[in-house]
Amino acid sequence: MIAGIPLTVLGGAAALLFAAIAAVTGTAAFSPAFVACGLLLLVAVGGAVLRRDDALGAAVVILSVHAAAVPLMLHIDSAPGEMDSGYWALLVSAWLMAWTSVTRLTQTSKKLPTGARRAVDLLIPLIFGLWLMLIWEAITRGAGVPQVLLPAPSAIWAKLTASLPILWADFVQTFLKAVIVGYVLGCGIGFGTAILVDRSPFLKRGLVPVGNMVSALPIIGIAPIMVMWFGFDWQSKAAVVVIMTFFPMLVNTLEGLSASSSMQRDLMRTYAASYGQTLWKLRLVEALPFIFNALKINSTLALIGAIVAEFFGTPIVGMGFRISTEVGRMNVDMVWAEIAVAALAGSAFYGALVLIERALTFWHPSNR
Amino acid sequence: MTTSDFLHSKTAAVLTVVLVLLCIWYAGAVALNTPFQRDQDVRDKVERSTGDFVTATLNQKRPVLPAPHQVAVEIWQTTVEKKVTSKRSLVYHAGITLSSTMLGFLIGTVLGIVLAAAIIHVESLERSLMPWIITSQTIPILAIAPMVIVVLNAIGVSGLIPKAMISTYLSFFPVTVGVVKGLRSPDPMQLDLMRTYSASSFQTFWKLRWPSSIPFLFTSMKIAIAASLVGAIVGELPTGAVAGLGARLLAGSYYGQTVQIWSALLSAAFLAAMLVTIVGFADKAVRRRMGMVQ
Repeated sequence: MIAGIPLTVLGGAAALLFAAIAAVTGTAAFSPAFVACGLLLLVAVGGAVLRRDDALGAAVVILSVHAAAVPLMLHIDSAPGEMDSGYWALLVSAWLMAWTSVTRLTQTSKKLPTGARRAVDLLIPLIFGLWLMLIWEAITRGAGVPQVLLPAPSAIWAKLTASLPILWADFVQTFLKAVIVGYVLGCGIGFGTAILVDRSPFLKRGLVPVGNMVSALPIIGIAPIMVMWFGFDWQSKAAVVVIMTFFPMLVNTLEGLSASSSMQRDLMRTYAASYGQTLWKLRLVEALPFIFNALKINSTLALIGAIVAEFFGTPIVGMGFRISTEVGRMNVDMVWAEIAVAALAGSAFYGALVLIERALTFWHPSNR
Repeated sequence: MTTSDFLHSKTAAVLTVVLVLLCIWYAGAVALNTPFQRDQDVRDKVERSTGDFVTATLNQKRPVLPAPHQVAVEIWQTTVEKKVTSKRSLVYHAGITLSSTMLGFLIGTVLGIVLAAAIIHVESLERSLMPWIITSQTIPILAIAPMVIVVLNAIGVSGLIPKAMISTYLSFFPVTVGVVKGLRSPDPMQLDLMRTYSASSFQTFWKLRWPSSIPFLFTSMKIAIAASLVGAIVGELPTGAVAGLGARLLAGSYYGQTVQIWSALLSAAFLAAMLVTIVGFADKAVRRRMGMVQ
């Protein structure tokens, strides 16, 4: 009987039993939310055990576990910062059952048609992220973790919504000015240089190893020098970003330009194609995956470069400036709000590049 | 090797590029230091010939852009001529940075391998965790560095560990992604063969998947160790210039000591190149022992 039940379900049931015993013997703080959460988790365990491999069982597990998350959070309000072992057992049980629901979702998704499978593929990481947040919230608020050490997600959200104007000003200063300008210039110059260097095999032989080497160096260290040269405002940050993004673009474009096979180039020659035509119609197209690789690497590098450069001196606005000063004042929730903005900006930037890449390199095997 | 062979070799090309870069550096130093030198000469009422003027621009005390030989002299003085234990020795600072780099790199690599092994074996983990591992790298994680350092400092953890944690964070990602790819690299035929031997999943892992992931592991480790060094350097910034190459950078920028900044920068570059080369050698040695290259 027990043999076929996944370990996560067994663990979830055991933790739930522990929570129930703690509640009955009176060692756990009692509240309606506690009971509601326990009952919903019981339904989830029941669904997972009784209907081990059909869609109905999966649906029961998923729905009841996520419904249980609501009372799980509400119970904390009964005594914030003073949760007892009964509550932690409940939390562990909920976490294990959530894991079970992801496993079930993964199994069920294989039988689904393509469209629905895509949706489920997107849902799975979202569930994981949601539970990460829930556990973070439960631990920080339930155990009363000091705000300075790690603020709860709800506190960060409150800070974020309360200080939108400041965050927006920082975003404009760091992202819209320094990152975008530096990124466009750095990638543009890198690309242009690669096209020029590509005409000379000798230069290419020399530049590729040097470029590869420089890409591995801690270029970020150039930040204080740029701040000295270009002043405190965004221009110096853009300069750091230009230097950081230049070499990956150069090296990748050069590599990409030699990606076309000699057969293809011969074909262009039989068409009597000029250098420009071969470049535009064959070699740049073949180089696109490499160029996008560089663009993606650079999107992260650019943001890092701009933020770290601000640690070396800025006017009183900017994401890096805000992070370093608010850390000094121990306003950790503000720092997290700023990091959330940076994370959102970084992922959106990266995501946009991935979408453009899919549209432009639809012919590449990895996208078919 | 004949002269013509040499001219067509990679070494000649690289040397030429490096020489050209050095020339650009000198030209840039002259150009950038000229305004200050001209002001200075007017103030001191000195008339100089062009040659003398150029020499002067290349030997200022606090140049806008120090010339390569100035940096070389500074590095020589702070490495060879200072005692290693002295606070002014670059070797001392590089050693501090190196120790947290290595610690972070080791933890990051082990963590990366463990995560990759878990991801390979638990499908739901791959589907739920992998997208987040990738997303975690699109966020500018170095932004967290000052907070990690200061917060850990506030609860009494300081020194090596916080810096190493930042290095760990930066280095686990390339290892995880690379090793997952490597552990997946055996082709279905080989996996089927293991199945016909009725090998357990542990045996398949240990005897087939792990050996075939080694080349991927070393490629990732080269990226990881470079990232780890960047993490260590940035981790030294928020503590306010105590020790390490990052601290030398910060102190140099506080006091306008450009030569010091450049020498710290170049030693960081040298350190990075050395670390990557060492991993490269380890790669070759391991592969030779495994019979992957002749």
